[in-house]
Amino acid sequence: MKFSSTDSYIATEELMVAVNAAITLRRPLLVKGEPGTGKTMLAVEVANSVGAPLLEWHIKSTTKAQHGLYEYDAVSRLRDSQLGDERVADIRNYIKRGMLWEAFDSAELPILLIDEIDKADIEFPNDLLRELDRMEFYVYETKETIRATQRPIVIITSNNEKELPDAFLRRCFFHYIRFPERDTMAQIIDVHFPDLQGKLVNEALNLFYEIRDVPGMKKKPSTSELLDWLKLLMVDDIPPEALRSKDMKTLIPPLHGALLKNEHDVHLFERLAFLNRGEGRS
Amino acid sequence: MFFNLFTELRKAKIPVSLKEYLALMEAMDAKIGAYNVDHFYYLSRAVLVKDERNLDKFDRVFGHVFKGLESSVDEIEVEIPDAWLQKLMDRYLTAEEKVEIEALGGWEKLMETLRERLAEQDDRHQAGSKWIGTIGTSPFGAYGYNPEGVRIGQDGNANFRAVKVWDRREFKNLDDSIVIGTRNIKMALRKIRQFARDGADLELDLPDTVRATADNGGYLDIKMVPERHNAVKVLLLLDIGGSMTVHTRTCEELFSAARTEFKHLEYFYFHNCLYEEVWRENRRRRSGTLDTTELLNTYGSDYKLILVGDATMSPYEITVPGGSVEHWNAEAGAVWVQRLLETYPHAVWLNPTDERYWQATPSIQVVRQLMADRMYPLTLDGLERATRELRR
Repeated sequence: MKFSSTDSYIATEELMVAVNAAITLRRPLLVKGEPGTGKTMLAVEVANSVGAPLLEWHIKSTTKAQHGLYEYDAVSRLRDSQLGDERVADIRNYIKRGMLWEAFDSAELPILLIDEIDKADIEFPNDLLRELDRMEFYVYETKETIRATQRPIVIITSNNEKELPDAFLRRCFFHYIRFPERDTMAQIIDVHFPDLQGKLVNEALNLFYEIRDVPGMKKKPSTSELLDWLKLLMVDDIPPEALRSKDMKTLIPPLHGALLKNEHDVHLFERLAFLNRGEGRS
Repeated sequence: MFFNLFTELRKAKIPVSLKEYLALMEAMDAKIGAYNVDHFYYLSRAVLVKDERNLDKFDRVFGHVFKGLESSVDEIEVEIPDAWLQKLMDRYLTAEEKVEIEALGGWEKLMETLRERLAEQDDRHQAGSKWIGTIGTSPFGAYGYNPEGVRIGQDGNANFRAVKVWDRREFKNLDDSIVIGTRNIKMALRKIRQFARDGADLELDLPDTVRATADNGGYLDIKMVPERHNAVKVLLLLDIGGSMTVHTRTCEELFSAARTEFKHLEYFYFHNCLYEEVWRENRRRRSGTLDTTELLNTYGSDYKLILVGDATMSPYEITVPGGSVEHWNAEAGAVWVQRLLETYPHAVWLNPTDERYWQATPSIQVVRQLMADRMYPLTLDGLERATRELRR
């Protein structure tokens, strides 16, 4: 079972090595990187590439580790008892399986995505240590131990909003997705828009990296934003020349809304455009 | 096998443990990345490094272990200047002697010798370490030899570059009575307090449950609220005097805001860079000092460290033992900052200097590197980013 670039996802060599190491040794793989560099997509693509079912566990600020294992719905049991429902007798009726349980129980080898782990409470990763290490947990209500038939492949993404505890990190492999270089980026675009004219891509890339280089940007546009932008350019049929034009009116790139997500950045750009216009006159 | 890499990584303070080393062995055993240097590099990086802040350090150690090309950077910085600086300090660094020397008129000559010595140093280690890279041929020139030079009997600090300023500074205790106009800063600082109802811990909201159950016609309807707790402890270290006087006002505003925001707030002053002593009250600067070691031992690592300073000084004051402008410090400021950072993983440096000028001031670059980029401007936006970092 090996992961490599697919026809919809370009993986660098370093990423392949990290993913394959995680697959072979069955350690969780922690993926970090700028927003929009395809962290979540990675899990989807790994699942496609190795042909395994994907289980997604999206983390929110209120998510607890226990939610991934199982939940015992005491409230509805209490309510049922008030209503005289017969289901009340069996506690199993009120135990809801979490994603981790599903993954442990899966007939096929699954890929488990724990998305944006940094959104959760600071103790969240610590509460999952044993579960991820031994791939087993204990259900107190029914007094049984759930053990994974085969260790699932676990991919964890983080946006770096919280520091993860050392003990947790020690159990993971780590990969930081760097922002793709120009060549890689061209490949990525090729994969997503195979029919795009080469000239437009070239001009768009030039402009894109120029924008990323502008100092003081609050939110640099990322790969996913570039792809959105290109899509818009295609739909609107904007000629490549429009992107290259140094005409000051168009210094702010056409359809910039897809690239600049912050009014601060748009202002910054307008200011730069204004300055350049001044230079143009003198 | 590769044990050398492991020990070198630990030496470079990259947190690798035996578990990771064994994982690497296991991976090698499984023949991942066994036949290709690049793959081995990628593999060991994925297995051993768990934080992107350490990637650069890892690259240096890896290059050093497997190619022997570069040595790990920090050693040079301490080694070279030690010998000659020691000599220099022994001979010149008391105020009385200064007067003596001046009276004798031998200053020029002494400086000449010093310059020669420095020229030698510079030649030998030109490409070596950062601090040498930032300076000219003679960092110790005086009276116009060099703007970064030793200055004697001058009290100004106009160009923010003095290596040695002898005059005792008049320090003022930071006034914490300014509250008006600091509302914005207060808003941002408030974010540090984690007690805001954003935690995941839920507790039963009894009154609401009773009400909701009654509304429900007697059927149980349980209401929960996030648990409320404020566990934030803050250790505030403020730069005072020297080039900071310009920024005192900004600093005062932050300070008064901080005073009212935290229950557990400890604050101390330092000058320019952290050394072996900090102090609580500026008036008692000469008597009421506290050893930094004691500070480290007194306040646990659950404190969040906020350093406020413009970090504008001579790079020597940070990187070289004896570089302090006020006293002879046996260990470099960088060592002390490093110690602080090791004790307090949650740390930020707030800098009142405009962010745009950071690139232009070498010492800010040095401090920023020390802080692993956790330096933020003293603006609302900067505070916002700093508090986000502290909350992680």
